[in-house]
Amino acid sequence: MIPTTLRRSLLFLLMLMSVGSVFFASASGSVSLGWSEWLTAIRDSGSQHGELIWRLRLPRAMAAWVVGSMLAMSGCLMQVLLRNPLADPYVLGVSGGAAFATLLGMVFGVAVAFLPWLAILGALVSILLVFGLARGTGPWSGTRLLLTGVVTASGWAALISLILSLSPDNSLRGMLFWLMGDLSYASLPAWSLAVLVGSFILTLGMARSLNVLAMGETTARLLGESTRHMLWLVYLLASILTATAVSIAGSIGFVGLIVPHLMRLLVGSDHRILIPAATLFGGLFLVFSDTLARTVLSPQQLPVGVITALLGVPLFLLLLNRARLKGV
Amino acid sequence: MTSLVCQSLDVSIGGKSICSKLDVELGPGQSWGLLGPNGIGKTTLLKCMAGLNPPDGGQVLLENQAIDKLPRRLIARLLGMLQQHTVYVFDASVLETAMTGRHPHLSHWEREGPEDKQKALEAILAVDLAGFESRSVTGLSGGEARRLAFASLMVQEPAILLLDEPTNHLDMKHQVRIMNQVNHQVRQAQVCAMIALHDVNLAARYCSHILMLFGEGDWQAGPVDELLNQENLERLYQCPVEVVDTSTGNRFLPGH
Repeated sequence: MIPTTLRRSLLFLLMLMSVGSVFFASASGSVSLGWSEWLTAIRDSGSQHGELIWRLRLPRAMAAWVVGSMLAMSGCLMQVLLRNPLADPYVLGVSGGAAFATLLGMVFGVAVAFLPWLAILGALVSILLVFGLARGTGPWSGTRLLLTGVVTASGWAALISLILSLSPDNSLRGMLFWLMGDLSYASLPAWSLAVLVGSFILTLGMARSLNVLAMGETTARLLGESTRHMLWLVYLLASILTATAVSIAGSIGFVGLIVPHLMRLLVGSDHRILIPAATLFGGLFLVFSDTLARTVLSPQQLPVGVITALLGVPLFLLLLNRARLKGV
Repeated sequence: MTSLVCQSLDVSIGGKSICSKLDVELGPGQSWGLLGPNGIGKTTLLKCMAGLNPPDGGQVLLENQAIDKLPRRLIARLLGMLQQHTVYVFDASVLETAMTGRHPHLSHWEREGPEDKQKALEAILAVDLAGFESRSVTGLSGGEARRLAFASLMVQEPAILLLDEPTNHLDMKHQVRIMNQVNHQVRQAQVCAMIALHDVNLAARYCSHILMLFGEGDWQAGPVDELLNQENLERLYQCPVEVVDTSTGNRFLPGH
């Protein structure tokens, strides 16, 4: 962990890096732009390079930032909800429902523009299914929610495998890209921004409550929280964030697990700092990953999920190892 | 002054009665020892007194109001409980964790001020964890975690303390330290405490009152001198007890 006094500076640094990442993304790609070319292009949106920046690269970078920050925030919430540092946004089956609905849409040739709505629909069905089944009448049970969610997720996984095995070869590639997470066709609807901002404010507003909730449900109640309501609110918030992110870019892995962890190692578990740090870092991490996905084998594009895993796993293991050496 | 009253309270767990028609009143300046054999339901009774689970009958009154009608936030300002087990899953510093005791006293967007920090530092000092402030809670030993949980409770400043085996995992020095701390609170701040204990002699030394749970709903409550005797303890623990007279009063040993 870094000292408390430096934590605010870190937030400022992450903000700068977020802006920087979006600019970086707008300059790099199959047509790489130098500083002066970039400056000319960004002032003239009608020019060829201007179009490239304003119509293609910036929207995609913004979408990446929003999706990354949503997944990171959702990961933080899920980890508190299940009181398990290994929980990620997908563990309770939200992405599975979205994936199943989207793939089904692809099989039946639904227009690409409608696929995000199918994803949202699938995610909502999954959220309500898990919510309804796990709710019960007794006291809150994290175990029941976890089991219901995990089993639902494996149910979706089986259905997804079924679709994949029955689909014709020419549609498999698109399906796999979606499953791994891909920002090629991502567009950023205005309501998703509202979801991000709204959830961020709500989450930050209950950040201190999340701190006590992380110490266990009974402890939280003894410290004055009516946990039953709060836990369902956390579940719904995390699920809606995940659903929105998945509908934009498919199920991009690792961001929601690794970013909250990295930030925990850096700033500790006080959600008043952790939530903004993870949100910012999640955004910029995905922008960088997506830029790499576009450029490494350019003009060939890779699914961004592959890059997040390839970048995230070693980074995470390295930091974890160094943290242990220091005896943290 | 805040008091906690159990009014003809029936509590059971898994169909087994813990206490039936329990009437006790915890007043300021009293420290109650809650005694009973393993698995008799001490923890369940304490949780019921904290309003965490509802009784089968009767009610718990906190400041003359039924505890199940009060919002948790208000309860948390008046009543605090040390749970039997303290497990910290997420990384946080010792100071941050001690400061969570201020949670019920702060409004939604409020941050802990210098006064809150001061209270936390004092509590950390009192439980002998000074110098550990920036250490991570996940690296604490069982006894250290226990003392930290107790420090958080002190920072919460409740008028009613429910302590579930506070001396668990603690060595002799820290057992005495914690019990002294509780007694200091009871006398100075006029709080009241209900302390589940397995060590009869700690109860004899530190408690003013005793509540005994015999099983099948049987209970006895009263001043420590009236209740702590060979006969009651042999009935309570189903084992022979020897009484030793010391300069500070009777002490009890397992007999043959």
